[in-house]
Amino acid sequence: MSANLQRLNRADLTKRLVGKLKRDEAVVAGIGNTNFDLFAAGHRPQNFYMLGSMGLACPIAFGVALAQPERGVIALEGDGSILMSLGCLTTIATVRPRNLTIVIWDNGIYQITGKQATATGGVTDIVAVARGAGLANSEWVRDAEHFERLIDRRFDDGGPLLLAAKIDDKPGTAQTPRDPALIRNRFMKGLGTGRGGALDA
Amino acid sequence: MAWSDAFLKVLKDNDVRLVAYVPDNVLTPLIAGVTADNYFMPVCATREDEAIGTVAGAWMGGMKGVVMMQTSGFALIANALASLTVPSQIPTIMVISERGTLGEFNIGQALVARTMRPVLDSLGIAHHTLTDEATMPYIVDRSIKQAVTTQAPVAFILSPLLTGGNPAAQAKLAGK
Repeated sequence: MSANLQRLNRADLTKRLVGKLKRDEAVVAGIGNTNFDLFAAGHRPQNFYMLGSMGLACPIAFGVALAQPERGVIALEGDGSILMSLGCLTTIATVRPRNLTIVIWDNGIYQITGKQATATGGVTDIVAVARGAGLANSEWVRDAEHFERLIDRRFDDGGPLLLAAKIDDKPGTAQTPRDPALIRNRFMKGLGTGRGGALDA
Repeated sequence: MAWSDAFLKVLKDNDVRLVAYVPDNVLTPLIAGVTADNYFMPVCATREDEAIGTVAGAWMGGMKGVVMMQTSGFALIANALASLTVPSQIPTIMVISERGTLGEFNIGQALVARTMRPVLDSLGIAHHTLTDEATMPYIVDRSIKQAVTTQAPVAFILSPLLTGGNPAAQAKLAGK
């Protein structure tokens, strides 16, 4: 199913996605290039950049979605990372948070560690895996215009939705500041759950 | 009041609603209590590190949660603790049923149990071994409050002295 898909670019698609966000949606971006390109698309207070814990972008986004059911929440994750955490797709499919969208950037390689091949570059179709996990609303992105149409929606309803795009092997286009406590603090402020109070003035 | 009911009451008193768990025999009464009470939001996770991620996300979204697991499950989460919740200052509340000790028969569980406290200590995570119903509510209540105010994880280890341990191991010990 995914064999004839156009190779897209993660930085370009990430910019297109961020451009569609009108309701302070939370975006949780996985380790490495995925969060580098989210940062490169322009920092937003509702962005969470994962600096470790490979594979946990979807569980973290799922938790945010449970805590704030009125807010759209988007997880961005690479193919190597989601392969580490396929089980979470079954959990999310079972609970069915309507405000959660998952986007998988699939370049078929562990790009950041030396371009070693992943299974999705060979035999594994991640959309078929997601559908098999129970995420019926899972789709391959055919091209950039198709992606634009798929994300031209409210993110706080109609989920869970999983989109997967075949991307090229370009590295991330910026480096996220590496301060986990600061990132967490700013993210919570962006979600209205921080406790800075007078210190935020 | 059963130890499990007393434990869930303390969670409620502290607004801990989300319960992400990987099932375990000893945790059964806690999970049953959570599932039967609409106050709680139970999520059965496929792995313990997934549960840590979910509860961390919920915390950042303003909802308190707890991760319930057994000792072997704790052995799966060192990376999630060391690279997510500890450096991010997220007060992850963990409930770990202590398996592989005080009369269990599975050598794998006995070995993995010995890794738990050294990992907690090396990450500087406060942990309390709960052994009796009399002191349990005080320890859990105060320690949850301390975790939240100091933005640091805390682990509650459920000793067989509190829970009665694994029913299968108890049956073996009784010669049944």
